[in-house]
Amino acid sequence: MADGERCALVTGASRGIGAAIASRLAADGWPVAVNFRDGEEGAAATVAAVEAAGGRACAIQADVARPESADALFAAAEARLGPVLALVNNAGVSQDNLCAAMSDEEFTAVLDVNLTAAFRLTRRALRGMLRARFGRIVNVGSIVGLRGNPGQVNYAASKAGLTAMTRTVAGEVARRGITANVVAPGLIETAMTAELQADLVRSVPARRAGSPDEVAACVGFLASDAASYVNGATLVVDGGLTA
Amino acid sequence: MDGEVTTEAVEQRIFEILATFGADSDAVAREATFEQLDIDSLDLVELAQIVDEEYDVQVTTEDAEKLTTVGDAIELIASRMS
Repeated sequence: MADGERCALVTGASRGIGAAIASRLAADGWPVAVNFRDGEEGAAATVAAVEAAGGRACAIQADVARPESADALFAAAEARLGPVLALVNNAGVSQDNLCAAMSDEEFTAVLDVNLTAAFRLTRRALRGMLRARFGRIVNVGSIVGLRGNPGQVNYAASKAGLTAMTRTVAGEVARRGITANVVAPGLIETAMTAELQADLVRSVPARRAGSPDEVAACVGFLASDAASYVNGATLVVDGGLTA
Repeated sequence: MDGEVTTEAVEQRIFEILATFGADSDAVAREATFEQLDIDSLDLVELAQIVDEEYDVQVTTEDAEKLTTVGDAIELIASRMS
């Protein structure tokens, strides 16, 4: 497709896995809308890295947890880069506590970003994708959503929900050339997981944490034409942890 | 709302849209049912989005469930434009 006819939108792309995904998609030829909430400097750095590599990107601020953000985010991305035909729901938060001690607010705050925002953005994205008879939705899940994790009842529920939502969307829209898949990372080196690393690395068969680039490569594949018959799948990227 | 849009114009546009959804254009007529045309619920959601964008007329999922024929849809949309 020619430039201006499509773009990819990556939420939470100011750092970590999201930033790596933005760079990967740009390297694959997608103009990329780099969404961020607070990390303006990080988003600018992501855009600069894309441009330095010869790609196109723009940073767009939006708190995806807010219901009105979906329309605003899409309008901004479409005005600057073209129709959003790839959506990567990567923005995620965690707020850990034991279930017995978790407040309603802690539970819903995580669900709002990790699951409900992804739903709203997916619904908004489908509008253009249905018309285009093409679309790539890649949701960043977690192995925690597949097997649970003590202390993360909210996060685990959100990621399990995201996985089921993705499969359902895949079944609804596959016949329009739209795919929806999950990439489920395990232990990855990011600021969000920094304090967990030492204890967990020993339990990973690969004996190391993964890199954001290793997750991004999988997202790049699922967003590509090569993955046109992969739909409703969960691609686990965990160094063998759940094998 | 554009007062110049006639029911005939809506009919023509709906016929065109249904053809883009894969309905046999020779079979598309007011009396044809969506089932006969192999138009399913996803097609109707998309039709509602196009109608919203082009005519500023909202057709809800609940409305769509009550539509049997193409004529039903044309009448509903035309009635909400006036």
